[in-house]
Amino acid sequence: MTSSATPSVPPSAETAPVRKPRRRFGLHVLGPLMALVALIVLGAFLNDNFLSAANVQNVLARSAFIGIIAVGMTFVITAGGIDLSVGSMAAFTAAITILAMNALIAPLGVSVLTIALGMGVALLAGLAAGLVNGALVARVRIEPFIVTLGAMGVYRSLTTWLADGGTLSLNYELRTLYRPVYYDGPFGISWPIIVFALVAILGELAMRSAPFGRHCAAIGANEQVARWSAVRVDGTRMATYALLGLLVGVATIMYVPRLGSASGGTGMLWELEAIAAVIIGGTVLKGGFGRVWGAVVGVLILSLIDNILNLASIVSPYLNGAIQGVIVILAVVLQRERKADS
Amino acid sequence: MLRRDMFKAGMGLAVAGALTLGAGAGAALAQDKQVIGVAIPSATHGFMGGLNFHAREAIKRLETTYPSLSFVLATSGDAGKMVNDIEDMVATRDIDALVVLPFESEPLTAPVQAVKAQGIWVTVVDRGLSVPGIEDLYVAGDNTGFGRVAGEYFAETLGEGDNVVVLRGIPTTLDNERVEAFEATIAGSGINVLDMQHGNWNRDDAFDVMQDFLSKHEDIDAVWAADDDMAVGVLEAINQAGRNDEMWVVGGAGMKEIVRRIMDGDPMLPVNVTYPPAQIATAIELTALGLVSATPVSGRFIIGSQRITPENAEQFYFPDSPF
Repeated sequence: MTSSATPSVPPSAETAPVRKPRRRFGLHVLGPLMALVALIVLGAFLNDNFLSAANVQNVLARSAFIGIIAVGMTFVITAGGIDLSVGSMAAFTAAITILAMNALIAPLGVSVLTIALGMGVALLAGLAAGLVNGALVARVRIEPFIVTLGAMGVYRSLTTWLADGGTLSLNYELRTLYRPVYYDGPFGISWPIIVFALVAILGELAMRSAPFGRHCAAIGANEQVARWSAVRVDGTRMATYALLGLLVGVATIMYVPRLGSASGGTGMLWELEAIAAVIIGGTVLKGGFGRVWGAVVGVLILSLIDNILNLASIVSPYLNGAIQGVIVILAVVLQRERKADS
Repeated sequence: MLRRDMFKAGMGLAVAGALTLGAGAGAALAQDKQVIGVAIPSATHGFMGGLNFHAREAIKRLETTYPSLSFVLATSGDAGKMVNDIEDMVATRDIDALVVLPFESEPLTAPVQAVKAQGIWVTVVDRGLSVPGIEDLYVAGDNTGFGRVAGEYFAETLGEGDNVVVLRGIPTTLDNERVEAFEATIAGSGINVLDMQHGNWNRDDAFDVMQDFLSKHEDIDAVWAADDDMAVGVLEAINQAGRNDEMWVVGGAGMKEIVRRIMDGDPMLPVNVTYPPAQIATAIELTALGLVSATPVSGRFIIGSQRITPENAEQFYFPDSPF
């Protein structure tokens, strides 16, 4: 299918090089890329500041949370699963992280160590939540839709409960120290963008070249055949959810310093945005085929639509949701038709 | 009773029921005790968290003041649950009065009407029912006033040719009333409204929208964020762009962190406009007063939106409230 050896650059920072391997790909692969390029052209046409460094930085950094999650989601969906709990899991992880950091100030003071330990808490909380989902799906054999729907409600309520219906805020001095993790970074590129790019590259490599990615696709395509082919089905399936949970932890580490707070409304609908991005990118919803760089393109498409609607204000803001919906469907339809052609 | 949302609202109701029943049995026969049922949405966001807090505080206060009163508090996550809670209150707790903040107007109208038909006093808070004249007492914040009071500050402070951007809430009639009043108040002042977008009363959404406003507009003099959660996101976006000195921000509803900063004289947050979650306390107090005395309390009680300034901020600061 698309097994060309062309190194795929995740189009996070530079979008231009992505178009290069055009010839080697089937036309259908171009669907989401064409939509992305069209959006970029449209944005540049509508507003001079669209391509300014500040705006590009803003859009990429705010895409990072859902982008990092979408990379993990690609593996879950490729292996024939789904995870609806990631949005509330992010809220819960953020809440736990904030509580842990605030509590650690007493023994450790406002220090880098406090932040590092807090980050560790975020990763562990995400990993643990992912492992629970994975165990219920792979070992107890409950439908992933039901497991993660339940988990979605559980984490959302727990977050509201922890915050006593209000908002949890990170200690002000600690936040000042932690803030650069979202806003600054080497060479003027903020950390979320760099982490997003790294996660995307590693994800792409794992999907294409590592046994893990192949196994995911094999399980998603036909579980029985995968089992007969000596693929460790349960272990691999569980690993996809654990990986996704870990990546939710990574996204939380980037999210908390942005506003320094978490509430019951944090991460609302992130799960749907992540799933939409994965599908826009060409991953098959029923499993068997996954495309990590496609998910990255999907996330960028979703962020750019919002950004362009805000920058252009050509239509009533009441219609933003409708425009988003139409573009998302178009991006997928485009892909379908190309697929039929080729 | 803190964090009772852990128990699903039904459990909470059962617990509240058990507690008040116990208290009732202790105080001779429960016959001469009057019961007030309070049904409100659960604390899913900052404003409702504050509302839950003030409801609990008011009940605690009134139970000490009037030993002849007892209360049933039910918090519901959706309209259907709220209807069940109200039916349970009537059937099992024999309430004398109901204070309800309808989750949604339409689905709650008929059930509340049925309560009223049984001769129970009905107080409706904040969101009206879709049929007028059911409730004995209506207590609400003033959405038009909320937009007007903010608009007045803009009109006083800014002049001809100054530019503002506006963040709107979730598209609702409530949001429309606020924005229309704001626009009507600044009309004729020469202030340009450069842009309006929905930030959905959400910090993250408001942050994204404000980032885009800052990319798009070179010259912004002030922001009407219309809600304190949105103001938090807006302030962070301005901070990131390093344009702190260029503009100020007016939020709304009086969140404690924002009121604190106004008290401290933050130049970016000159004023705020109230839309008090404590209005539930007004409703419960008035209902109780009507039950225990001959004081007339029927009618409409609209709580004016006030301007919070550094001078008067202290009286709007509730450090214990979650909001």
